[in-house]
Amino acid sequence: MLTLQCPYCGVNAEETELTAGGEAHLKRETVGSSDDDFEGYLFMRENPKGVHFERWRHSYGCGKWFLAARDTNTLEVFGTYSAQSKEPPKELRDKISAKRPGWSWREFK
Amino acid sequence: MSEPVSFLGGRVAEGAVTVRDAGLRGMITLRGDLAATKVKNVVKKITGQAIPAQRKASVAEGRGAVWMSPDELLLLVPYAEAEEAVATMAKALKGVHHLAVNVSDARAHITVEGTGAAEVMAKNAPVDFSSAAFGAGDFRRSRVGQVAAAFWKDEAGAFHVVSFRSVGDYVFDLLRVSAEAGPVGALS
Repeated sequence: MLTLQCPYCGVNAEETELTAGGEAHLKRETVGSSDDDFEGYLFMRENPKGVHFERWRHSYGCGKWFLAARDTNTLEVFGTYSAQSKEPPKELRDKISAKRPGWSWREFK
Repeated sequence: MSEPVSFLGGRVAEGAVTVRDAGLRGMITLRGDLAATKVKNVVKKITGQAIPAQRKASVAEGRGAVWMSPDELLLLVPYAEAEEAVATMAKALKGVHHLAVNVSDARAHITVEGTGAAEVMAKNAPVDFSSAAFGAGDFRRSRVGQVAAAFWKDEAGAFHVVSFRSVGDYVFDLLRVSAEAGPVGALS
């Protein structure tokens, strides 16, 4: 059972209260993008064994979207943060580095 | 005009834990910047309560405000006053970005009373209902069985459950059956 802390409510919401929203930090390609970039935005997703960043929605709670960092292998949750983030907060990245030295995910490390 | 009735017409399931349709309740959804002075003032004026802190409910004598999300409150007023309260808010919040809707007829309000009330709730919602974790005035939005619900605990230790009216029957029966099944002893 996955338990994530909603950064808006502060509750430790369990999986059945949440809705998964796929990968986090996708950059939307739009008018003027090359076909390759657009294809990447539409179809290419990370599928790591290890550190992963995802979007979640506290759908039975406050209804807000938020982002979460977790390990897909051990199911360890590193932290959650606001959906209005262009990148994972430095603090969180440092925390992951301490636990999983040398990790990388898309452009983040 | 048709006469307003609550979703179950005041149905009651008596027992060690009593599940009760709380009847008609005026409920108003208010969305906006909860830190804005005008919002604070109008909530105080209508409910007599200050804006509750995160995951708190401040309700007294059928009036109050409960924290639904960082930008949403549910205001409780007597049923007959809901329309007037919405009009008051529209006037007081002119020029302030907000949304105020009378949702009284869209909601069901059920109370769960008795010594084992916390266990009845815990059987149906993924929330820690031990008195240390969920005390009087605490509020959560979560699910009850398969449907969304909001609930808080009052000073007397009774739980107030608010769900959509359309699923009120389901929520009532779920709580009633859980109450009939008797105590588990996990939260005593």
